[in-house]
Amino acid sequence: MASVSMDQVRKQYGAVPVIHDISMNIEDGEFVTLVGPSGCGKSTLLRMLAGLEDISGGEIRIGGRLVNDVAPKERDIAMVFQSYALYPHMTVAENMGFALKLKGQDRATIEKSVREAADILALGPLLDRLPKQLSGGQRQRVAMGRATVRQPQVYLFDEPLSNLDAKLRVTMRAEIKDLHQRLKTTTVYVTHDQIEAMTMADRIVVMRGGKVEQIGKPLELYDRPANTFVANFIGSPAMNLFEGAIVDGRFVTDGGAALPMPEGYQGATAAVYGIRPEHLTIADNGVPATVVVVEPTGSETHVLAKLGPADVNLVLRDRVEFQPGQTVMVAPDPKRIHLFTSQGLRAN
Amino acid sequence: MTLQQPALPATAVATRPARRRDRARLFQEIGMLAPAVALLTIFLAVPFLLSFWTAMTNQPLVPRPTPVRFIGLTNFLRIFKDDLFWTSLWNVSRFTFWILPVQCGLAFASALLLHQKLPLRNFFRGLFFLPAITSMVVVCVIWGTLFQYPTGPFNQVIGFLSGGRIQPIDWLGDPNWAMFSIVLLSAWQAYGFQMIVYLAGLQGIPDELYDAARIDGANAFQRFWHVTMPSLRPTHVFVLVITTIQAFKLYTQVAILTQGGPRSSTETVVHYMVRTGFEEQKLGYASAVSVILFLIVLVIALVQRQLLRRFDV
Repeated sequence: MASVSMDQVRKQYGAVPVIHDISMNIEDGEFVTLVGPSGCGKSTLLRMLAGLEDISGGEIRIGGRLVNDVAPKERDIAMVFQSYALYPHMTVAENMGFALKLKGQDRATIEKSVREAADILALGPLLDRLPKQLSGGQRQRVAMGRATVRQPQVYLFDEPLSNLDAKLRVTMRAEIKDLHQRLKTTTVYVTHDQIEAMTMADRIVVMRGGKVEQIGKPLELYDRPANTFVANFIGSPAMNLFEGAIVDGRFVTDGGAALPMPEGYQGATAAVYGIRPEHLTIADNGVPATVVVVEPTGSETHVLAKLGPADVNLVLRDRVEFQPGQTVMVAPDPKRIHLFTSQGLRAN
Repeated sequence: MTLQQPALPATAVATRPARRRDRARLFQEIGMLAPAVALLTIFLAVPFLLSFWTAMTNQPLVPRPTPVRFIGLTNFLRIFKDDLFWTSLWNVSRFTFWILPVQCGLAFASALLLHQKLPLRNFFRGLFFLPAITSMVVVCVIWGTLFQYPTGPFNQVIGFLSGGRIQPIDWLGDPNWAMFSIVLLSAWQAYGFQMIVYLAGLQGIPDELYDAARIDGANAFQRFWHVTMPSLRPTHVFVLVITTIQAFKLYTQVAILTQGGPRSSTETVVHYMVRTGFEEQKLGYASAVSVILFLIVLVIALVQRQLLRRFDV
């Protein structure tokens, strides 16, 4: 196990920068998720960490050792790819033992290591099969097994669950988290799925356009997003954001709805008002909104409504029977209001 | 009194239009297939079946007053006793033995080179492919000049490089060199096709496999040996079998440059077949040779099918 640190790490293709001076420290044994929309540079950053991409500037250290010019095989890392990247002509056991074979270890040692990793991931019955004879979930586990056999200092996961169906994704999510809890190996995990990031990580790094938008624990990001991008990206359904201005102690949206201000807020710079769908309630002292769609999920009810010209999402714990076109009174919880400046930065 | 109409079974009502639709679709499909089937039948199946029939007759090229007779397997039995047939079969086997490593090796090496991210890569891909789109007749004329004895360019270069110690080689006139010379020019003319197949195979190998191998600790040679080579197994099989089949059909180069000589050292099965059919006018006999060639190629194709299935990873 080892810590990972990046200091002013930069990457550019020709004159085009794709990673802008990123710095972060990942503690020994920590599970960190890099999350962001497609093209934000998270996979590139992971590949730079793996040594599969050269870096244009800055320093990367693994276990305190500078690895800028160190080959991938000497970084003592293991990587799980989105497509699993299993060698198609090798059996599961051969796939898992390949790195050890290249290291020149003897057959008995390789077999022992493979068997141990297979036991951890319940791969025993699959060891003699070829990858084409496995299901998506099994291939995923083999890819994890291949990484485990080497007992690396750092695990790198590049969107490993993207090719699985929704149900299997949930199962594998739990398996990866369980594996991390057992092995306690430092893990860097790339995903574009914020649910995966929220549920698995000790800390999340939210990226956009090759820059870090915010680093924090999942609930920190959820409760106190640093800007409108993070506020919008983390949480499903996304946070409701209304543009407007403070007028006479209330926030008046561009559509004319007057919303209550958070308790104790003294500033006057807020230009965007944010409230999560589950922090809106139906109350007589609310503002009127027109119901557009009602989606009962069983445990809760999702409601899409119009607050003036703007959409507003509500997640209600109660089972409600609203009709499209019906006017309901929507009230934000004053303790859960987020305010942002016109530049999108947090104001409260 | 009310008359009860016997009710049609629900399924019958439901399936009648469906059946009509199916029939219309069937006619549509037959209509679309018909031109291809007709052309293949006229130009492939019928001549093919006719050659089987002709092989069992004493049919001459030009009709004679005596009627054509059915002679059963006599032509085949004669062929098996014909030394020249066995010589031609031995020669194409020799040709195949040489052309496989030379042509496929050249194609594979070129493909590996042109798969790299080099400047002007597309230009070089076009350049390397150029011989494949050049007519074999033109290639033979050019190489015939290069091979000239004793003052052709090849001999001049060899003489210059060896300081006159190596005597000029009669590339096409010496029975020891003639087939090898044909191998060289054939490989040069045709390797472009195999190169394209190899390039397609190389491009089909996912980059992530190489990334995984790098992380697993494989150096460049180990990545080539453990990722590239096994991933190209189906391509290797395909290329080897296609090249073998092409080799067994060797004709043009021989017909233009050596006419099977010197001393039958470049006589091939197809050249022998054409000679017996069109010069000696023994069409039945030539058809029997073609049937044997067909069976050889068929066996090779079946072997390919089995191997491809085995290497389908």
